Amino acid sequence: MSVKVIIPTPLRVFADKRESTEVTAKTVGEALGQLTNEFGKLRKHLFTEDGKLRSFVNVYVNDEDIRYLSKENTPTKDGDTVSIVPSIAGGIF
Amino acid sequence: MSNSAQLKISSELADKIRKYGADTYPHECCGALLGRDIEVADRRVYREIHALHPLVNRREDSPQNRFSVTSADVLEAEKDARERGLEVVGWYHSHPDHPARPSQYDRDHAWPWYSYIIVSVANKIPEEMTSWRLADDRTDFEGEEIGLQQAAS
Repeated sequence: MSVKVIIPTPLRVFADKRESTEVTAKTVGEALGQLTNEFGKLRKHLFTEDGKLRSFVNVYVNDEDIRYLSKENTPTKDGDTVSIVPSIAGGIF
Repeated sequence: MSNSAQLKISSELADKIRKYGADTYPHECCGALLGRDIEVADRRVYREIHALHPLVNRREDSPQNRFSVTSADVLEAEKDARERGLEVVGWYHSHPDHPARPSQYDRDHAWPWYSYIIVSVANKIPEEMTSWRLADDRTDFEGEEIGLQQAAS
């Protein structure tokens, strides 16, 4: 399935300044895997050391948050758009 | 104004960030920095801040030592930036009664490339303001020199 992955602005420096890339994937997990295969430096910013999506990385298929679907097992079909959108957090300690 | 400063912001906008920190004390304020990166003749890049997009701190459970904004907030800030011909280039937040230094928590939650401005607010009085960028390998924050300009360019 040909899927477009939108790369968020803070990660574009690690993706040859690209705003998006096309991957072949049947699930969100596969799409993110293809993305990090193509641009290895993205992996550390998207995933923790034990391979889980970082909590501040939000992923949508078209306009739906994968947390409310099947997370990384959410299926993708031809023409779908997978968007990675940051949330931002911080604190004093 | 230092010409080697990596981040340039008008005194007016810097004062606004300080005011937001004072107004929200003892809670953390937060918002987006809207601007653009400019490459100069010797291939150095500096970042100009042209506007702020204040946001509501979504951490209602612990706003005095935490801030967060949602992906919807980020998309709203990006839309505002686009409409102004700018980009979201970073975020500002305050540290109530705490130094303007990024914490482990800041580092664990940071994105690369963005500038993170922190203003320390002690007893409602804004004090030091600093800016930081996450190292590419996520191991540390690197300080960014802030250059104050007299008028927004």
